[in-house]
Amino acid sequence: MSTSYPDTRGRYGAFGGKYVPETVMAALEELEAGLHEALADPDFMQNYREALQEYAGRRTPLTYADRLTEHVGGARIYLKREDLLHTGAHKINNAIGQALLAIRMGKKKIVAETGAGQHGVATATVAAKYGLECKIYMGAKDMERQRLNVFRMELLGAEVVPAKSGSQTLKDATNEAIRYWVSNVDDTVYLIGSVVGPHPYPLMVREFQRVIGDEAKGQLEDQPDAVVACVGGGSNAMGIFTAFLEDEDVSLYAAEAAGHGIDTDEHAASLAKGDPGVIHGALTYLLQDESGQITEPYSISAGLDYPGIGPEHAHLSDSERVSYEAISDKEALDALVLLTKTEGILPALESAHALALAVKKAKTMTPSDNILLCLSGRGDKDVETVRRELGGKEEQS
Amino acid sequence: MKRVEKAAREAGNHLFIPYMMAGDPSFDAAVDIAVQLEESGSHILELGVPYSDPLADGPVIQEAGLRALNEGMTLEKTFSLVRAIRERGVTIPIVLFCYMNPLLRYGVEEGIEEAGKVGADGWLIPDLPYEENDEVRTSCHRHELSLVSLVAPTSNQRIQTIASQAEGFLYCVSSLGVTGVRKNFDERLDEFLEKTEAYSKVPLAVGFGISTNEQVNIIHAKGYGAVVGSAIVREIGNLQESLLDPSSRPQAIRDIKAFVETLIS
Repeated sequence: MSTSYPDTRGRYGAFGGKYVPETVMAALEELEAGLHEALADPDFMQNYREALQEYAGRRTPLTYADRLTEHVGGARIYLKREDLLHTGAHKINNAIGQALLAIRMGKKKIVAETGAGQHGVATATVAAKYGLECKIYMGAKDMERQRLNVFRMELLGAEVVPAKSGSQTLKDATNEAIRYWVSNVDDTVYLIGSVVGPHPYPLMVREFQRVIGDEAKGQLEDQPDAVVACVGGGSNAMGIFTAFLEDEDVSLYAAEAAGHGIDTDEHAASLAKGDPGVIHGALTYLLQDESGQITEPYSISAGLDYPGIGPEHAHLSDSERVSYEAISDKEALDALVLLTKTEGILPALESAHALALAVKKAKTMTPSDNILLCLSGRGDKDVETVRRELGGKEEQS
Repeated sequence: MKRVEKAAREAGNHLFIPYMMAGDPSFDAAVDIAVQLEESGSHILELGVPYSDPLADGPVIQEAGLRALNEGMTLEKTFSLVRAIRERGVTIPIVLFCYMNPLLRYGVEEGIEEAGKVGADGWLIPDLPYEENDEVRTSCHRHELSLVSLVAPTSNQRIQTIASQAEGFLYCVSSLGVTGVRKNFDERLDEFLEKTEAYSKVPLAVGFGISTNEQVNIIHAKGYGAVVGSAIVREIGNLQESLLDPSSRPQAIRDIKAFVETLIS
């Protein structure tokens, strides 16, 4: 691995670690050993790369957004097209890697959490592809909001279990998935969807997503001046940043969700407004109240609606290697419309946050500068939300 | 010898450790419940600190946590609760069962120091394996409190490290999974307990899934202490309304007394 983090204790500077019940510690140790063996095994890596190519649709194109660039009037904007992957987002890269690892470790069952359903669909997809038994925990409230994705996962053969504890959303689905895993560690692996959770998950997900940046680096003629991605947990951002972390002249920017604004109670800006604490097994920044209870985040984008952030991001923020800025619902919606109209590409609302930040940065740069943007997913899943939001606006005007 | 270990040793194979949630269903009711648990013959009290995301707990204790959070219970108020329980004359050791985040938020050193001041005797932090517990352990030692460890049937090679560091009593998870009421013990239980006992410097107490008098007796007959959590918390949940009303509370407390006495008879 080219990056020096995490250390042997799974720490990224002060962050990360393994804050989990003793019951799963042995499973984490087994997973860590299995992961390191697999990453060093040329046959495993060959299988993984072939699956990415033949099944997921890699390598993804790098699109020069000429009309967008012209419209913005600044740096040239290049789009890394993870939206073109099977199941519609970068999530499949990681799901394939972890499913192949589960098989290599002799496990037959996978359990996962999902918020809006994207990671759940990716997990159910690889479970169908590789013949694994699959259980997906999803917040009971999210299941109501995302009925089509629930049906899609069931169609793929997964069992979707409503998480009825707490606030009945992503964080509770994650708690439930971990509780299930704690009770079934013998034959089940927990397939986590982002660079969050206890060590070695943030490392593993990064390693299975870094293909995004590794590929993009080879596709660009010149080194980019800036790389931009969105962060909820932060897997697509680690995926595209990792290849550039040591390139000091490349600026790295990440957009976290400001929701209705970081000065309101409705946002998901863990870095701008959070404090260090423990969530889902990792020490990182998270949204919490004065007594250390985790609070409910908000974003128009379900994929960014998470009260924590991956521990490596916490470290990259504290060390100032990556600049994290909050992008509001409205800025993301405007960016979504802009890309759709100028390039004929409907981005996911998550990716639209990154796009809004890229547009801001591009305006401060010159046409000789290049921006590499991770277009992490397509927006088909968001059409209904966007229609409602834009329809509302038209009625007001 | 610190108070938790002393109490555990003196109880021998009668060691009984109930768990209750701080502030469930109210601050005042919780004080009365703690008083009753001592009177009913408990040797050590595990006092849960409510948390929004209790990873190691099953539905019964999750719901108790929500009831307590809705009552405004926090770690800071749990310290006041311990003080109030001591003022009512309870002398058995009190171990705070608290997730890491509320303690981090309060401040590890400050929280542990305060716990000692108000009369608590130890901490059990279910999401803090030994790899991460240096700071907490050091603070506990500074303030002469015990850091109680959990060990699980899956701990395997980790058992020796955990058992040799154990303080107070060693909490042995009887089966895989979260806290909760279960019918059967993990079939590997005996082997696991014997292996753990061989390495442990302190008495063992078995918990997770112990809910009946028969199960308590089985554990005691094996020579170990018994921790009962969800079964008591569920009883408290059933009595919630009577416990909240001061006029019906004495009867509810008598019901809890009868329930606990049946458990350990």
